[in-house]
Amino acid sequence: MLKDIEHPLQKYIRPGTNYTTCPGCGNGILAQSTLRAIKNLELDFDNIVFVSGIGCAGWIPSPSFNTDVLHVTHGRAIAYATGVKLTNPKLKVVVFSGDGDLSAIGGNHFIHAARRNIDLTVICVNNRIYGMTSGQAAPTTPKNSKTTTTPYGNMENTFDLSDLAKSAGATFVARWTTYHARQLTKSIAKAIDKKGFSFIEAISQCPVHYGKVIGMRNDAPSMMKEFKSKSIHINKIDSLSNESSDDKIIVGELVNENEKAELTDLMQSLRTEVGTDG
Amino acid sequence: MIYIKKDMCKGCGLCIEFCPVNILKFSEDLNEKGVYPPEVTDINKCIECENCMIYCPDFAIFLEKGGVKNEK
Repeated sequence: MLKDIEHPLQKYIRPGTNYTTCPGCGNGILAQSTLRAIKNLELDFDNIVFVSGIGCAGWIPSPSFNTDVLHVTHGRAIAYATGVKLTNPKLKVVVFSGDGDLSAIGGNHFIHAARRNIDLTVICVNNRIYGMTSGQAAPTTPKNSKTTTTPYGNMENTFDLSDLAKSAGATFVARWTTYHARQLTKSIAKAIDKKGFSFIEAISQCPVHYGKVIGMRNDAPSMMKEFKSKSIHINKIDSLSNESSDDKIIVGELVNENEKAELTDLMQSLRTEVGTDG
Repeated sequence: MIYIKKDMCKGCGLCIEFCPVNILKFSEDLNEKGVYPPEVTDINKCIECENCMIYCPDFAIFLEKGGVKNEK
């Protein structure tokens, strides 16, 4: 009986591959949300190119998504994606990146892609540590949080990636957690549909390497319930005092601007103007 | 109708935790990964919310809408 019935998203999965993530990892939830968004948009999967960097999040599209996937050097996913988009503007380009890959190693590519407003969708899987190398403190680790390298608590300030994208000029910015998988699916669909630089920050759980230092070893359900209790929607933020909002995760669509001048369009009009088109 | 691909399950328990009508529990048979996959206790109580499918990180559980009548 089981052989006849397939998962509704099975047609997007490359035959013979499966997810090698740890039990309870948020990567699979993100993969499903993205594929479901693409299914809802009824896009041709062959016209989408996925680019991913190094880290656990790099393994979301590669090799499992059954389309063109570039798995590239550390932190440079957006640089490669920019090249793909400028070479063939008809393609939809989606970048998967972890928080370390995007904000630490590839921080400059991230802010400059947002500044240029190139039509990319960047999905950041923010698990708040370096998961693949066993849980060192990352720029996104919450202050005072314990990690493998900060056994007495992290003394550094935390990067707010969504605010960074917003101030660098992104057209669409949304932040959700893996608990908000349904809202995440809708936002990813909007981000892929929108022309311009779209950024999705998905707060994700790492039950193995982050869970072990915050008392939730291999306990993904508890980590996701914590996301639920800590998150507050952007529309309700006014009712919070500054002190109580410190450890809250502000979720929602933080930026949803009207479409503005986009790099591949500008490049195309320049080509037409100076007569090098075709 | 809920379908569970038992050998793809890694036993994280997210489907069991987020089922609003609590009809999933760990089964007593190990799968080939050496974990206990979920099993359905009472399919008639299923409200087809799709939570188990959406929250499964391993594409191991999914449902076909249309209730138990569609059972093949």
